[in-house]
Amino acid sequence: MLKILKYSFFDLMRSRWSYIYFIFYLLMGFVLLFLNNDVDKAVITLLNIIIILTPLIGTVFGIMYYYTSKEFTELLLSQPLKRSTIFIGQYLGVAISLSLSLIIGLGIPFLIYGIARSSSIFNFTSLLIVGGFLTFIFVALSYNIALAFNDKIKGFGFAILLWLFMAVIYDGILMIVMMSFQEYPLDKFALGAVMFNPIDLSRILILLKLDISALLGYTGAVFQKFFGTGRGMLVSLSMLTLWVLLPLWNLTRIANKKDF
Amino acid sequence: MKALLYIATFLLWIQHSDAATIDVCADCETNSIREGVVLAKAGDTVLVRAGIYYVSEIVIDKSISLIGIDQPVLDGQNLQKNILEVRAQDVLISGFLLQNVGLSYTKEIAGIHISHSKNFRMTHNTFQNVFYAFILQRAQYGLLKNNVIRGQSVDETKSGNGFHLWKCTDIRIESNTIEGMRDGIYLEFVKNSHISNNRSRKNIRYGLHFMFSDHNEYHHNEFRENGAGVAVMFSKFIQMHHNDFQYNWGTASYGLLLKEINDSEIMNNNFEQNTIGINIDGCNRINYRGNQFVRNGWAIRFTGGCYTNIFEYNNFRHNTFDLSYNSRLNDNKFEANYWSEYTGYDLDRDGIGDVAFRPVKLFSFVVNKTPETIILMRSLFVDLINFSEKVSPIFTPDALKDIRPLMKPIVW
Repeated sequence: MLKILKYSFFDLMRSRWSYIYFIFYLLMGFVLLFLNNDVDKAVITLLNIIIILTPLIGTVFGIMYYYTSKEFTELLLSQPLKRSTIFIGQYLGVAISLSLSLIIGLGIPFLIYGIARSSSIFNFTSLLIVGGFLTFIFVALSYNIALAFNDKIKGFGFAILLWLFMAVIYDGILMIVMMSFQEYPLDKFALGAVMFNPIDLSRILILLKLDISALLGYTGAVFQKFFGTGRGMLVSLSMLTLWVLLPLWNLTRIANKKDF
Repeated sequence: MKALLYIATFLLWIQHSDAATIDVCADCETNSIREGVVLAKAGDTVLVRAGIYYVSEIVIDKSISLIGIDQPVLDGQNLQKNILEVRAQDVLISGFLLQNVGLSYTKEIAGIHISHSKNFRMTHNTFQNVFYAFILQRAQYGLLKNNVIRGQSVDETKSGNGFHLWKCTDIRIESNTIEGMRDGIYLEFVKNSHISNNRSRKNIRYGLHFMFSDHNEYHHNEFRENGAGVAVMFSKFIQMHHNDFQYNWGTASYGLLLKEINDSEIMNNNFEQNTIGINIDGCNRINYRGNQFVRNGWAIRFTGGCYTNIFEYNNFRHNTFDLSYNSRLNDNKFEANYWSEYTGYDLDRDGIGDVAFRPVKLFSFVVNKTPETIILMRSLFVDLINFSEKVSPIFTPDALKDIRPLMKPIVW
């Protein structure tokens, strides 16, 4: 598996797109810091971008990589290798190289502007952790989709739709549901619903850092417990881990059964 | 004229020569404070040397100075009685550590209880484990300065206030530190008083609580981490300036809670990281000028009919919601404030944005109706609906806008 991981990783590292992705984050970090000069505010702006962008890039990259390396994958399949090894190796190659682009691309400008000495170092690291998680989750999801559809266009369409659903539509539906059932106690429902969307989960993780004063304004006891104590952080982190593991498990399951 | 001056000096000298000093200590001639107070005549000074004195209900009914040297301890032994009771004019009490008053559910007992007194000074006293530290009723012209009050309150019903003033006028409360009481400073029917340079922290209810008290001024105070911030209720002509309201977090926590306040000025205050910076309920004709609102949950929340309030030259920086408004009607003026959320442009470079800023977002309207939706904060969907509302307002009051938003924050 390590060999395949290494191959995929260096294959991606050599590709143009990883560099473009890396340079994009690098530029964005510099520009944000140049315009704001306030590290704290730059972190907040970055949050909005990361939560939307990393899933999108993860999805697109994952699906593209699968389809373009399909022939090579088929070649590998004819070798005496376990199927799960091949796919998980490839998956890790993509996810790790993307996360590295993100972490190094953003890390350099922020380090230069003195994040290590500022008080927002914790906010920044949690931002990177969340970005990493989202990359891992969405590459896994896109691999699932790619394995399910042989047709490239169909797979691509579904992947983008999945991203759109998680990023925008899900929240819209959630808001409409909550507003139409506002007479009922909704706090458990709201927290539960958030667990089923990794983008919402990571949003909550960041909110816990940045907007805690507003979050504590809501009177429900469930919210109080969730946001007011370390529990919120713990639950959302473990849910995010589950979000990585479940698609991976499904990936190996499909890969083992699929007829290539 | 000169003769008059001589006479005055002479009179002063007579008065001065009369004043005696009585020493109180464990092995002095007078070894109890009660005895010292009884022996003293008006104008005398009672000097209390260091040591622990187990006392309660010492009534000071003449104009004397009671001064502690090297902070003697007055211990009330939890007898549920006041330690010192001031019933006379011109009394000075300074330099004591008062402790163990006891807890009562029926009586209001205090370290120093002042009633019907005038021209008193209470300075440099420390209080610990007291039910109330100071109770003042029907007192006038007093100075309460440099006192330190520390409590360990956990329960509102089992605790008292730091300063409890009822029907007083012309009191100055200056440079005190109050921690861990129920209300730091509580004023009811108090007039013409100044509260300044105090630090009120970690009190379980309000840092400062104000009821039916007109014509007061409070400035340069610091209110931090109080259970519910500062509450100003049912009063008129209040001046509030240069205060710090910080880290008041919780479901019912406000930097400043204004209820039925009219004709007041709120200027140059700093509101930082409170759940609600200012909660405004039924307040009219108030000027808000030069305040800083930084990283609050809600910078300003209107909850009742408020008319003719003017917000000018304030900085709103990185608040989750700048403004929350519960009605469609707006009679309040927002002009020339700095809003960090403002995205407009300034083509003529005069420092004033060319397009108006609407501080009420659709999402804050949604959260008002369905509080649970707060969980969707900072979602892309929320940004989208906020944007569409900004372009054409339907749910938020159309007239509520800052037509001259500043491009840069105001610096003092």
